[in-house]
Amino acid sequence: MATLEAEALRKSFGGIEAVRGVSFAVQPGEMLALIGPNGAGKSTCFNMLNGQLRPDAGRVRLAGRDITGLAPRQVWRLGVGRTFQVTATFGSMTVLENVQMALLSHHRRLGGLWTPVRRMDRAPAEALLARLGMAEQAGRPCGILAYGDLKRVELAVALANDPRLLLMDEPTAGMAPPERAALMALTASLARERNIAVLFTEHDMDVVFSHASRVLVLDRGTLIAEGAPAEVRANPRVRQVYLGSGAMQGGY
Amino acid sequence: METLVLQALSGLASASSLFLVASGLTVIFGVSRIVNFAHGSFYMLGAYLAWTLVTSLPRGHLGFWGGVIGAALGVGLVGLVVEVLLLRRIYRAPELFQLLATFGVVLIVQDLALLAWGAQDLLGPRAPGLRGSTGILGMRFPDYELFLIVVGPVVLGLLLLLFHRTRWGTLVRAATADREMAAALGVNQRLLFTSVFVLGSLLAGLGGALQVPRESVNLHMDLSIIVQAFVVVVVGGLGSLTGAALAALLIGELHAFGILVLPKITLVLVFLVMAVVLVLRPHGLLGRPQDRAQPATGGAEPVIGPAPRPLLRLGAAALLAAVVLPPFAGDYALSVLTEIAILILFAASLHLIMGPGGMASFGHAAYFGMGAYGAALAAKWLAAPMELGLAVAPLAAGLFGLVFGWFCVRLSGVYSAMLTLAFAQITWSVAFQWVELTGGDNGILGVWPAAWATPKLVYYYLTLTLCIGATLLLRRVIHAPFGYALRAQRDSALRAEAIGIDAFRTRWLAFALAAVMAGLAGGLFAYAKGSVFPTFLDIPRSVDALLMVLLGGVQTLSGPIIGAIAYTGLQEQLVRLTDLWRLLLGGVIVALVLFFPQGLAGAARARWETRHGDA
Ligand SMILES: Nc1ncnc2c1ncn2[C@@H]1O[C@H](COP(=O)(O)OP(=O)(O)OP(=O)(O)O)[C@@H](O)[C@H]1O
Ligand SMILES: [Mg+2]
Repeated sequence: MATLEAEALRKSFGGIEAVRGVSFAVQPGEMLALIGPNGAGKSTCFNMLNGQLRPDAGRVRLAGRDITGLAPRQVWRLGVGRTFQVTATFGSMTVLENVQMALLSHHRRLGGLWTPVRRMDRAPAEALLARLGMAEQAGRPCGILAYGDLKRVELAVALANDPRLLLMDEPTAGMAPPERAALMALTASLARERNIAVLFTEHDMDVVFSHASRVLVLDRGTLIAEGAPAEVRANPRVRQVYLGSGAMQGGY
Repeated sequence: METLVLQALSGLASASSLFLVASGLTVIFGVSRIVNFAHGSFYMLGAYLAWTLVTSLPRGHLGFWGGVIGAALGVGLVGLVVEVLLLRRIYRAPELFQLLATFGVVLIVQDLALLAWGAQDLLGPRAPGLRGSTGILGMRFPDYELFLIVVGPVVLGLLLLLFHRTRWGTLVRAATADREMAAALGVNQRLLFTSVFVLGSLLAGLGGALQVPRESVNLHMDLSIIVQAFVVVVVGGLGSLTGAALAALLIGELHAFGILVLPKITLVLVFLVMAVVLVLRPHGLLGRPQDRAQPATGGAEPVIGPAPRPLLRLGAAALLAAVVLPPFAGDYALSVLTEIAILILFAASLHLIMGPGGMASFGHAAYFGMGAYGAALAAKWLAAPMELGLAVAPLAAGLFGLVFGWFCVRLSGVYSAMLTLAFAQITWSVAFQWVELTGGDNGILGVWPAAWATPKLVYYYLTLTLCIGATLLLRRVIHAPFGYALRAQRDSALRAEAIGIDAFRTRWLAFALAAVMAGLAGGLFAYAKGSVFPTFLDIPRSVDALLMVLLGGVQTLSGPIIGAIAYTGLQEQLVRLTDLWRLLLGGVIVALVLFFPQGLAGAARARWETRHGDA
């Protein structure tokens, strides 16, 4: 069964139809890229998938269960982790504490009034950070971190939920090209290892074409192409949408 | 029927006066996002200045109206000085600091007015040409009131013209709608902010000056008007001129008819209306959602960790002194120490919602007072012993905290703070006006500790144990997952929800917990004093709590403790040293805001960190 199914999602803001009937599915262990020019509606799709926004029409199903209209925190409880295009972390906490919070929430221990956080879920949080190459940064406050590192913290936070679905909105923004490739390779191997379904958006076409198992192309709220990276890259309509942006040149 | 018409007319007159003051407040807020506590002081200054001018200028039209206009201009000048010397430096500071600074100005103006005009009420002459009254439906209605009814709409009209027909007005509206954009357009912000502040102050001064023929001029005018003006501005929607006019009308008429229909609950009525409006329309009648220009308490909040060793040692030493020395202290010192212990808990409880919670409360005294009254009522009506009373206190406060908090934590920023104020004023009014139950102004006497706890020293130790224990418990909570969740929703509501934190529930429970702790402090206070009075839950007490927390520093856990000690100590010393303690305290507050924007503990911490690398 598909981990995530989106069915005919629609969303308008005032007069703008940001998403106009988008359907797709993500399979366990798959890296699905959702690409498209600025303003295509990618983030809006993400927001509908994790409950940040309620779709005007359409359904979202997680492992067959209808989750349309659930609040983000309820969607998290069902095993979804997400990163944001503009990173959102707890600035007054260290990197380690950010991850600990996600772990504590996952283990439903956030109501605790007595035991200090510093003694809870520390080892698994450190292990997770080590896996993402962030061990050195563990003690630094998130408020002063570089943008690329914040993206990594968000990934660690999302992974702390032991997710079956990972939603990553531009996970490599703010990183140098070699770092991007490394991070996506790591994500892909984690996805395979833990059978996580990954949906991500990305503007760097190198990253997309070398790490996605499948690609969806969104333009002005409508899906215009879907398929294996090579197919999509050859698609004339996709090339037309991206023409002039220079973004498609990367793979040649 | 005739009475109703007259009542409606007198409602209009009050609405007009209220609007004059509120319009200035709302315009200032719209542009600079400053919640100006000192606005009421400007109103009072306007009244005093007008009194002086009108009584010293030659009698007649010129003397009177010249005096009124002169007073308004004079207050505008005072506004200019305050803006240039103080506010201009803190526009980028957190909301609460601005509030603290303007409160410092309130204190300073109070003492300056006392120095200049003395403590007695001053009666001004009536307005020439408007001394008589006019027959309306066979009843007499004062001409001056009719004149006031006209003034409000005229000022509204002039302001609307100013804002819609001049370039300056367009800039003001642009800045109100979107501060950043106005800045990007290259508007000279300094000049704009200064001119708006002067205009607002001038309006407050005019409002005060026009009261001279109506009521006596006294030193309580500032706080009584500022609370009403806040209500009007919040009900109307922050920054909305028309909203303020509508709200002034609503509140003015409500007052007029409230007195007629339900004289017992007039005080409650106004705040009840504000609460209802805010619950139904979280941004007031005509307000729009605020862009959160600044967080309530400051930019990136620092990480909290276990207390550094020297701080622990210092704390232990202080505690040791607090345990060992009192047997050698006199009764007076023991009372002061008992009070300090109580205030530490009171401040620490407010700190929980202000610091980690990121919410502001202008009405925390409600829970302190509720604890005190809970204990006192139990003692009076149920003959409950002290032990039971001390259990009732936190429970009663916590219960109200749950109910009030459910509404307050839904709103954000100033609106939320104002709703806490509204609830506090409602409880105050009940304590004040429900004489049969609470004894009203006379309070409840004879709330004595149990026999074993009667000696001052024993009661001090009891208080110390409970207060320090509860404060340490709060500290523990802040380090525990619940406290982290509280900070998480403050840091990023988006991220908190995305990892499964119920931000509303977390804030709500924190609010209730703070209320419980404030209630315990209040209960202990009741037995320490042997009586309770409505002042236990009035605005000055809420402000005390705010000052203690801000003085110590919102962002450090030791802040409320240091703040409580510093504030009580300072006040105690200043009161003993000089009659002008408000002037000095206000000066100290203003200086602190300008030079130690992170509070005392925050400044000490910054020092420590630069000296020892970032720990
Ligand atoms: N909260 C909102 N209110 C109004 N309009 C919005 C809102 N969110 C998105 N939009 C509009 O919807 C459209 C799609 O935006 P969205 O953020 O989904 O695009 P995107 O594909 O993620 O773009 P980018 O690559 O720049 O991140 C845009 O026209 C945007 O202006
Ligand atoms: Mg986007």
